[in-house]
Amino acid sequence: MQFETIIGLEIHAQLLTESKMFCSCSAKFGAVPNTNVCPICTGQPGVLPKMNRKAIELAIKTALALDCKIEPRSVFARKNYFYPDLPKNYQISQYELPLATKGFLDIEMDGKTKKIGITRVHLEEDAGKLVHKGAARIMGSEESLVDLNRTGTPLMEIVSEPDIRSPEEAKEYVEELANLLKQLGVCDAKLEEGSLRCDANISLRPVGESKLGVKSEVKNLNSFRSILKALEHEVKRQTQVLNEGGKIVQETRYFDDLTDTTTSMRSKEFAHDYRYFPEPDLVPVEPDAKWINEIKKSIGELPAQKRKRYEKELGLPPHNANLISSSKEMADFFEETLKLYNDPIDISNQLIGDVSAYSNENKIPLSKTRLTPFLMAGTLGEIKKGSISRKMAKDIIIEQLKTGKAVDEITKESGMAQISDEGELIKIIKEVIAANPKIVEDYKKGKTTVAAFLVGQVMRASKGQANPALVNKLLKEELKK
Amino acid sequence: MNLNELTAHELHDLLKAKKTSAVEITEAVFLRIDKVEGKIGAYVTLTKDIALRQAKLADEKIKRGEKISPLEGIPVAIKDNMCTKGVLTTASSKILSNYKPPYNATVVEILNALGTAMVGKTNLDEFAMGSSTENSAIKTTRNPWDTDRVPGGSSGGAAASVAANETILALGSDTGGSIRQPASFCGVVGMKPTYGRVSRYGLIAFASSLDQIGPITKDVEDCAIAMNAISGYDEMDSTSVNKPVPDYTKALKNDIKGLKVGVISDLLGIGIDKDVKDIVLKAVKKLEELGAKTEEVKMPTFEYAVATYYLIAPAEASANLERYDGVKYGHRSKEVKDLLTMYYNTRREGFGSEVKRRIMIGTYALSSGYYDAYYLKAQKVRTLIARDFEKAFGKFDVLVSPTCPTVAFKIGEKKDDPISMYLSDIATIPVNLAGIPAISVPCGFSNNMPVGLQIIGKAFDEETILRAAYAYEQSSPPVPLSLKERGNI
Repeated sequence: MQFETIIGLEIHAQLLTESKMFCSCSAKFGAVPNTNVCPICTGQPGVLPKMNRKAIELAIKTALALDCKIEPRSVFARKNYFYPDLPKNYQISQYELPLATKGFLDIEMDGKTKKIGITRVHLEEDAGKLVHKGAARIMGSEESLVDLNRTGTPLMEIVSEPDIRSPEEAKEYVEELANLLKQLGVCDAKLEEGSLRCDANISLRPVGESKLGVKSEVKNLNSFRSILKALEHEVKRQTQVLNEGGKIVQETRYFDDLTDTTTSMRSKEFAHDYRYFPEPDLVPVEPDAKWINEIKKSIGELPAQKRKRYEKELGLPPHNANLISSSKEMADFFEETLKLYNDPIDISNQLIGDVSAYSNENKIPLSKTRLTPFLMAGTLGEIKKGSISRKMAKDIIIEQLKTGKAVDEITKESGMAQISDEGELIKIIKEVIAANPKIVEDYKKGKTTVAAFLVGQVMRASKGQANPALVNKLLKEELKK
Repeated sequence: MNLNELTAHELHDLLKAKKTSAVEITEAVFLRIDKVEGKIGAYVTLTKDIALRQAKLADEKIKRGEKISPLEGIPVAIKDNMCTKGVLTTASSKILSNYKPPYNATVVEILNALGTAMVGKTNLDEFAMGSSTENSAIKTTRNPWDTDRVPGGSSGGAAASVAANETILALGSDTGGSIRQPASFCGVVGMKPTYGRVSRYGLIAFASSLDQIGPITKDVEDCAIAMNAISGYDEMDSTSVNKPVPDYTKALKNDIKGLKVGVISDLLGIGIDKDVKDIVLKAVKKLEELGAKTEEVKMPTFEYAVATYYLIAPAEASANLERYDGVKYGHRSKEVKDLLTMYYNTRREGFGSEVKRRIMIGTYALSSGYYDAYYLKAQKVRTLIARDFEKAFGKFDVLVSPTCPTVAFKIGEKKDDPISMYLSDIATIPVNLAGIPAISVPCGFSNNMPVGLQIIGKAFDEETILRAAYAYEQSSPPVPLSLKERGNI
């Protein structure tokens, strides 16, 4: 039986606000346990929540970038369940009336653009952290320590429509979304650190059917690899169960990245009835058109728009356009350099090639290197002029990334200047011709391809500093003689 | 007369005239407490040292000739469901029997800034759930008029302390009548402001969309003074309303000529004690003599009010009380095997039976499959009740009724009959559901027990109900049979 994979993803993003969602405690990570706390986020008797305007602004910004409808009226709701990392034993979230609905995110799969629907974007508060002694979970531990620093920090939940059709698409979606969130400045979107969290819902259905199959929810996806492997495993597992005539149980499964498999979390004693009801301590959120417009203006060009512009207007190959537009840092650098040196393809090749390689190997972000758009423009200009070869340029750029020195400073120091003086070149060429009589004879007999060998010899003799194009031209002239 | 028997406005005049001192007033209050508190049991915690320290500061301010607030140096009692920093705050529950808040409720901060002297924290029905204060897990409070009877609830301790002159005035809270009913039972004045008029920050939540803090005082003028003090927008409470606060004492014009008064006939029929009805109708007649135009009005949705309230309030309470789990503060059971048993045993040991009853009702009303039929439906009926009031206020300036169908009942009489207990709130509950203000003023005695007249007003029109209450009070005989004469205390 042929099955179609149906995947929907729920992403939780920690918003980059100064304070928590419902109190003025710092939302910064890494403080000594239970120091970023106050009566409100520790759930003392008598306290009331206070909305964080910035959090709402960042969520609206995200929703606009995802082409969502900003709901004229959204309502916070209490989601009730008991757990020690949730002081009030209810989480203030949004249920029936979320902040935004009905958007989409474009992803690129095999050179084609696909729209993944966004069902909703809403706000909620995060829970705290538990540290267990004697076991990995509360069950079986001797004691558990509660750190409420994270309690109450703002989370934005983005729910996709079940439009994703493969584990690869899922990975692509999360990467694209993470990129967008970083570019918008609303979240630093790091799966491994937990500032971005991903839960997946996956089911299979026979090709041609319209009714959705029973889904399983997959948790503990804290890397792009995990997302891919977990969903691949689920496809395999569910296919096997269905082919054997079995039924999929609606359950939550936990991904283990050592075995690349998922296991059922059916050890949960109770199915949760969260008893959602509107939060009576907060008024509805009704953003006015003026505010929404201000936020819209603050968005600027999105990665997808940038990519399209680079391809269509600047003629960048899709691969280059994709890589450069996916990093705000690189895109800004690219565009600054372009103002000084008008060869976008050249700049982009350099950026995604040597520059990225250096940055990745040494784990230094581009902005922290000593290379500037001005220096890059200068170096590329020299290549075009012919005063340095591409091979030399590679070393020069690396030196500039390290030290920020100008091209002529570097070539002077290392004696690296490209030889374009015809007299000097002819001298070397004559030497090479003299040293390789047989090859020269072959060439004169019609084997013109051996010229390349002679060019190579000239380059060697000049320690790579000869201008190759010029060598080619002059060599051919000498050989005619 | 002893200093503790006077009102805040009388004492303020004496303080300004330097005829007494705040310390003297405070000491008089504590002398009285020493004498009668053993019989009344109004207080969970007494804070004599704090009160005297605050009184001393007030006296120093007066000595320096600085301008003082109308409440400077005045002893105030605070219901024990309002957070007082560093001072035991129990909500009269075992589950908070050892809890000292790390912060002050906004109203407490306000009173501190105005220079009041905190006498202590008064007893209540546990988590404000009750109409007699018998649900307190701490102690029994007795009605000063007859110590075999309840003081009403849930602000029974606050009302009793004012009635017994164990304080000059008090702050209570009202969710379904918890200020007005005990004020009625104890023969004092009690007001529930419009929802959103007074900050709820620091009030231990029972039902978030119904709770309000309000004054319990010896007379209407003190009530207006207290309302001036505690009313106003608070950014810590998103449900508090950013409307300017008028000077409520300016509303105390002894004139209600032409005032259109609606007499709620639904609350003068079956279920109301005949004697109470007669006394209230006499009060209505008095209003007419003073120039008001009275007319009967029917409020057809009132018959659904108690049922509506007993779905909405427990539902919100069931969520508000989830935080009491033994993890962070308060009682934690010693019988702990694992997380679940810690939760179960802590809450089983810590909550009384009425609290448990309401948590169960509320949880049920919110649960999947029942939410629409119960909680949602109740909220819709609530809107209809609010509309009934709106319609009535199209015709009338204020509405009146008895505050309670009976006078204070005997201790233990209704404890085993929760429904009967719930029905004693039949006159007060609709007001909370609509979020409008109401005051209870003493209007007579039945079997030597006080009867209360409830005056209900439009949203944010505390001024009109204060004016009506003041005019009535000024025309009725002065504070009747003193407690000393009756020989009980």
